[in-house]
Amino acid sequence: MQSRRDFIRISALGIGGITLGSRTIPGLFGKSLFDNPVVSEMKRYPTYCEVCFWKCAAWSHVDAEGRIQKIIGHDDDPHCNGRLCPRGTGGLGMYEDPDRLMTPLIRVEEDGKQTFRKASWDEALDLVAKRLQELSATYGPESIALFNHGSAGHHFSHLLKAMGSVNASAPSYAQCRGPREVGFKLTFGQVMGSPEPLDIRDTKCLVLIGSHLGENMHNGQVQEMADMIDKGGDIITVDPRYSIAAGKSKYWLPIKPATDIALLLAWINVLIEEKLYDVDFVQKNTIGFDQLAHHVRQMTPEWAYGITTIKPDLIRKTARLMAAASPAAIIHPGRHVTWYGDDTQRSRAIAILNALLGNWGRRGGFYFPEKVKVPDFPHPPYPKPKWGWREILDGKYPFAALSIANTFLDATIDEESPYAIHGWIVAGTNLPYTIPDVGRFEEAAQKAKFIVVVDTMPMEITGYADVILPECTYLERYDELRTSPHREPYIALRMPAAEPLGETKPAWWMTKELGKRLGLEDYFQYADFTEVLEWQLEQLGSSLDEMKKLGIKKFPRKSGPLYQPDNEVPWFNTPSGKVELYSAQLKEAGFDPIPNYTAHPTPPEGFYRLNYGRAPMHTFSRTSNNPYLADLMDENFVWVHPKVASKWSLENGQEVWLKNQDGIVSDLPIKVRITERIRWDSVYMVHGFGHVTKKLTQAYGKGVSDTQMITNVMDDPIMGGTGMRGNFVTFIKEQIS
Amino acid sequence: MRYAMAIDTKKCVGCADCVVACQIENDVPHGYCRDWITEKTVGTYPKLEMEIRSERCNHCENAPCVRCCPTGASYIAEGGVVLVEAAKCIGCGACIESCPYDARYSHPEGHVDKCTFCIHRVREGKQPACVAVCPTKCMYFGDLDDPSSEISKQLRTRKFKVLSPEAGTKPHVYYLI
Ligand code: SF4
Ligand code: SF4
Repeated sequence: MQSRRDFIRISALGIGGITLGSRTIPGLFGKSLFDNPVVSEMKRYPTYCEVCFWKCAAWSHVDAEGRIQKIIGHDDDPHCNGRLCPRGTGGLGMYEDPDRLMTPLIRVEEDGKQTFRKASWDEALDLVAKRLQELSATYGPESIALFNHGSAGHHFSHLLKAMGSVNASAPSYAQCRGPREVGFKLTFGQVMGSPEPLDIRDTKCLVLIGSHLGENMHNGQVQEMADMIDKGGDIITVDPRYSIAAGKSKYWLPIKPATDIALLLAWINVLIEEKLYDVDFVQKNTIGFDQLAHHVRQMTPEWAYGITTIKPDLIRKTARLMAAASPAAIIHPGRHVTWYGDDTQRSRAIAILNALLGNWGRRGGFYFPEKVKVPDFPHPPYPKPKWGWREILDGKYPFAALSIANTFLDATIDEESPYAIHGWIVAGTNLPYTIPDVGRFEEAAQKAKFIVVVDTMPMEITGYADVILPECTYLERYDELRTSPHREPYIALRMPAAEPLGETKPAWWMTKELGKRLGLEDYFQYADFTEVLEWQLEQLGSSLDEMKKLGIKKFPRKSGPLYQPDNEVPWFNTPSGKVELYSAQLKEAGFDPIPNYTAHPTPPEGFYRLNYGRAPMHTFSRTSNNPYLADLMDENFVWVHPKVASKWSLENGQEVWLKNQDGIVSDLPIKVRITERIRWDSVYMVHGFGHVTKKLTQAYGKGVSDTQMITNVMDDPIMGGTGMRGNFVTFIKEQIS
Repeated sequence: MRYAMAIDTKKCVGCADCVVACQIENDVPHGYCRDWITEKTVGTYPKLEMEIRSERCNHCENAPCVRCCPTGASYIAEGGVVLVEAAKCIGCGACIESCPYDARYSHPEGHVDKCTFCIHRVREGKQPACVAVCPTKCMYFGDLDDPSSEISKQLRTRKFKVLSPEAGTKPHVYYLI
């Protein structure tokens, strides 16, 4: 079949070639180092970090020549307390990266071969507007979808809604934290959000189940974990891998993968059988305790031992430890929780366990977060779309609260459906390294009638684009105000520290220009985004000038105290107004009202479960080309247990290809790391490597993309999360050509 | 005045923020570093123990690198900080050979380079870049001669060790264990 869309490995056109002056401080290595005057000459501009979703507030330091020298955390920001993580510190690399996209690019055919050519902004934007308008006229504006991650998504989702589509999707829901949000909403009536309202700094017992905090560098949380270690708090880590956090734990439970719910139920059993739960909290604030007690009666530590391989004694000891620490004990809700398709139920079990510890609204447990409501800049009401992502779901996943990114791929493939997607706007997310089942992505990308990609880097997704719009980095632009829930409400400003390099532009400018071409100028009634900020800040009682000086601003809490006052009965936003240990909502929809353990397939002979995770110096696939961060880690390894290595005669550093249960062989080889830190039935690798685009000159050809190996996707029937940990791989020592 | 550093291995998560902060602060060329992370796990699954260390020049009191430097480029500056004066360094590499900690490297510009305890920052009253950035606040820098300094307190109250004590170098980087 003739491919509609050849994947173009972007040629040298319009990218690269920036040379920034060296940041060398003159005389650094000579004597004058010691009276180095340069530091004091630096100017600083506020920003908030865009290298991950934690959005730490920071200052960009700029020298007298206008070069950005370094980025330092904002002392008053509770997300970072003046200390960025390695990615934030190395965020400079996003700006300096010589591989950056520099001009708009348009797909053209030359001598029967598809390629990109440089285009002017007018030409590129005219083309995007024309194609979006055509699709909108033929299929309705609803047929245009946005995939997004990060700040650009905000601007493009405004454009999308103004056009009449609500089909915006962030893989961070169905591919990441969605099940947790639904599990907590069903139980406590509240989602966890970001940052999670966990009072880790004051907790006495932190339980991590499948969360490798420290390797996932959720800055403020890692800092608080270190604080609690300082104060002598205990950590319990449940992980088949000896994670960094496991290395800091009082108890490490090396669980057999895919059996976590059995452990959680056994813990619940111990708390109830030994009457260690918070009786007062449970009586006053929960419903369904009797059903829960009855449900878990047989789920003893002995029962769980046979499933999880964790000794009954250890299950009891750890349950008692958390109970003794309660209410200053937290079972961490996790973040990336799309594992086995029963993830909402596992999150429910975590929520229930927390409820039994009575830690809701308690110091050292869950605090009540608050955020500043930033008013929308005035615009006409959005048109009402005829259909949206719910129609695409067609009754599936009844508890999905947000769109399910992968179903947009299905809706693109199914061209005949009344709810077909035909056009894609992709902003800041590298889909083939994000959404599992790359085959499905490929098919959808071929079917899409138009794809526009907005990015700072020539990520793989740009190879599928019809038009590429080069975004400037966060260090070169204004963006919306950061407002996120925390102990105290804050806003943070992002402003440019330097002019955008090359022809790059901020997303707010792109959407405004597209709006103009689409006849939607009423939605963009400003010449410059600073007008929006100025207006919003005025409503909030501040000003752009003030924020340029402050960077972040704290507001007084309005929602009440941080913790539950003793003399008030809390109200929960659930149908019963109480914490729902038993969920009638789930029952009604045909799901288990109390979580159950179900056995999941185990690896066939000669195969190993593919576990994947994060490294502290990288954020997904987006940072692998960052020159500073690649210096720290430029490829991933496949971790194998020594027994497995000896069975396969593998050596440290040896390159192997991986093959999964569906016969998919990795595009690239990966080096072996032999370590006791991994169970013999699993392998592990860090997510986000294995780039096949040559234009990522640092990252090209290094390591394997775990996403490529994930073809068995176990949907969560409750909310549509894509369970990704049921994939098994084996080793190929010589590449099959 | 005796400058020293203590690093809490119980808190360090090995994120390498200290490495990238150093690289940016001191303009260390890509591919080189003045500080680095080691992770050591002992035992067999599941009975394991791990130690993570952020390592760098130990600013030894009895510094073999200084003793063997033929030009005097390597010297001990105020507070016991071991420095290299690039202008005097001929890049012979004798110091690199003599350092038991592998803390020195040949800078592409022809001289030897290593950690300076960010003495240019310390003179301005700031902490070294690695200490200032560390998200877990696991690094303490200060004056050992000042009993009220945080580092003196840490070394009074915590168990600690130094690397390769048998080399007799008297290191000024301590690891809290
Ligand atoms: S946690 Fe790190 S990458 Fe994420 S926003 Fe903060 S500094 Fe940036
Ligand atoms: S920055 Fe701190 S926590 Fe991270 S590796 Fe360095 S010393 Fe350890």
